[in-house]
Amino acid sequence: METNEYMEIFLDESNEHLQSINDNLLELEKQPDNLDLVDEIFRSAHTLKGMAATMEFDDIASLTHKMENVLDKIRKSELAVSEQVIDILVEALEDLEEMVSAINSGEDGSKDVSGLVQQLEQIENGTGTSSGGRNKQETTIMNELALDDYQLTVAHQAAEQGYSTFQITVKLVDGCMLKAARVYMVFEVLEKLGEVIKSVPTVEELEAEAFEQSFSIVLLSNESAESIKSRIHTVSEIDDVTIVAFDAGNEAPEEEQAEEKSQHKSPQPESDKSVSEQEKASGKKSKHASSKTIRVSSDRIDHLMNLFEELVLDRGRLEDISSQLKNQELTDTIEHIARVSQDMQRVILTMRMVPVEQVFNRFPRMVRGLAKDLHKKIDLNIVGAETELDRTVIDEIGDPLVHLIRNSVDHGIESPEERLANGKPEVGNLTLRSYHSGNHVFIEIEDDGEGINREKVANKAIENGLLSADHSQSLKDEDVYQFIFASGFSTAKSVSDISGRGVGLDAVRMKIEALGGDINVESEPGKGSKFSIQLPLTLSILNTLLVHVQDEIYGIPLSSVIETVLLEEKEIMHVQRQKVMDFRGKVVPLVSLQDVFNVQESDVENKNNYQPVVIIKKADKMTGLMVDSFIGKKEVVLKSLGNYLKNVYAISGATILGNGQVSLIIDPNELIK
Amino acid sequence: MEDSMKVIVFQMDQQKYGANVMEVLSIEELENITSIPRTSEFIKGVVNLRGEITPVIDLKQRLRLGETSREKGTRMLIVQMGDVQAGLLVDEASDVVDIDTSTIEPAPEVINGINESFIKGVAKFDDSLLILLEMDQILNLEEVNELKEAAEEEVE
Repeated sequence: METNEYMEIFLDESNEHLQSINDNLLELEKQPDNLDLVDEIFRSAHTLKGMAATMEFDDIASLTHKMENVLDKIRKSELAVSEQVIDILVEALEDLEEMVSAINSGEDGSKDVSGLVQQLEQIENGTGTSSGGRNKQETTIMNELALDDYQLTVAHQAAEQGYSTFQITVKLVDGCMLKAARVYMVFEVLEKLGEVIKSVPTVEELEAEAFEQSFSIVLLSNESAESIKSRIHTVSEIDDVTIVAFDAGNEAPEEEQAEEKSQHKSPQPESDKSVSEQEKASGKKSKHASSKTIRVSSDRIDHLMNLFEELVLDRGRLEDISSQLKNQELTDTIEHIARVSQDMQRVILTMRMVPVEQVFNRFPRMVRGLAKDLHKKIDLNIVGAETELDRTVIDEIGDPLVHLIRNSVDHGIESPEERLANGKPEVGNLTLRSYHSGNHVFIEIEDDGEGINREKVANKAIENGLLSADHSQSLKDEDVYQFIFASGFSTAKSVSDISGRGVGLDAVRMKIEALGGDINVESEPGKGSKFSIQLPLTLSILNTLLVHVQDEIYGIPLSSVIETVLLEEKEIMHVQRQKVMDFRGKVVPLVSLQDVFNVQESDVENKNNYQPVVIIKKADKMTGLMVDSFIGKKEVVLKSLGNYLKNVYAISGATILGNGQVSLIIDPNELIK
Repeated sequence: MEDSMKVIVFQMDQQKYGANVMEVLSIEELENITSIPRTSEFIKGVVNLRGEITPVIDLKQRLRLGETSREKGTRMLIVQMGDVQAGLLVDEASDVVDIDTSTIEPAPEVINGINESFIKGVAKFDDSLLILLEMDQILNLEEVNELKEAAEEEVE
């Protein structure tokens, strides 16, 4: 079929558009009268409709068509954005995603969408949205300035501490000469009164005088509106100051508040207008500039990487040759090649890196849905979505994170009633954080829920025979919490749809360990818990310690090496025929790599008095690996042994050394018993 | 020429064997092999083949004909079946010939002690016999893994 060659493009682009609809819908829920967002959603739905129609996916086309109609009405301000509208749009989006993924797995992507189409039609025709009109009025008042998640959180926190959020619009007199200076003075006044968390236009634009006569600021302060106003008026060349109490974005505002605001607002309709105009202007600027990217399949990048490694090997050979020939020109050229190829390596590696955002951006909707189902109120904060990770890791990390987030929403965060009863804010906080540290990427899922109950976990562990009652007393909290990652472990009172079958965390741990990562949990009863996942930056580049075992060279991942020691013969002790050593007061078993790997005895006899030992660790267990000599630290490209040699004992892969030789990389986890 | 097939002729212990040219990627000279611990005996280790880590199988040992002695003429046939790539050690790779498929006969029960399942058939060639090998079977992982497990049990 002719359309087949377009299938991949269709799928790629559909997913992109669905993601964009998803993001914009969630944003729209926060700022229901931001018509720019509606425009964006409309455009995505429209493109999707066109593509689906071309590819003859009629159900997608008809659903997007109805969505489009509804969105168009909103766009023309004939229909207000209500919770109901958003809910149905989200539902429609979910169906679309389902259909696209069905197409992806080779099905025809048909689905009964008549129910949704009908609902959308109802909305379009104005039935069932009786509350829409009023809703809209309220929301238009509230959302002059759109705050992002972070700013909203700050505003929320400030409100808890008794600070009010004000939206201040300052208008300078016509013909004001030194606008930037006036702005600076206003800011200085305001900074004494509280904290400025947002300004429209941005501070940079203000400094560059890139604004007309007025600008707006969101200020956190415990002063009254009147006193703020009079302070601002102390700055000269100010024409007018408008102050409005700003709603920090509660989804369902009390009617009273809204009224209060409209009172504040009504006397200054003029300045309101200028604010929304400015917002439009800045909104346009912040819209994604179409990025200059092209799609390249990851296979090609892998292939490029392989070819590049070839080049590196030849470079090594050239270096050898030039050191023999001692020709200055040749040496210079080769040094240049070395520098260029190092840069090249970095570029190729970064090509494989993708921002973790790709995984994170499906969570806001998931959390929203879960919270609704469970009747909980949850704020999801995402921090560090731009952190980059190797593609292979990104592909694998999604499922474990889904598990953990579901877990936090279901077990971690309490119901609003419970929270209020415990003196916590009604809305629970869930934070998804990602950052680089050293050679690792950390992903943390933190909630301010009820935390883990140590007793319950310990009892369950004893019940499952993982722990003896005596031993449980002496364990640290963290060690007890680790049991929740054991298989068949769930302390949930009841098995719910969302989690609690006791397979989740076990699977999560396995997956993360398979990626060469580590997972830990911290918790404080009543305060919440934090799961932190540590992942290697990339799976293909590994820091290793190279060692000689007779004539063979082995690599030991540096991440599990504690240190290297030279033991004297007399320091090697025996416990029941097992060689052991004393390492800072701990008895550490010794394993000879030569024995484990049956390495052939080399011809060269180089007996010296000291036994080199590499101490490795897994969790808190240690083992000493006896080797013949240390070579040194080296960053290597980890390669798999291929499909033919799967599951070789204690070997995780191989690498090619500078001289073209293959050396094996040890999997230390299997050597520690 | 519909009924002919190109075959790479190689030798082990004076006997000529053939492999379908479509299954052989290349013929390489012997390089330094890095041995892999705790694997079946016929897996000699891995080599770096243009950036790919490729396992090396001693074909003679795989067919239970004894070990290949590594000499000047020793070659590696790089074969690919599905997603598995491997190098096979043979005494000498001499020729590429066209075989008339009609002359290929099914293998008799036992030839030189080689398990029948490794043999696709026997072809007449230059007055001698050419044993055509079934690469699928030679790279059959299941049997390899069984052997490996057996070997491990012995170790333990």
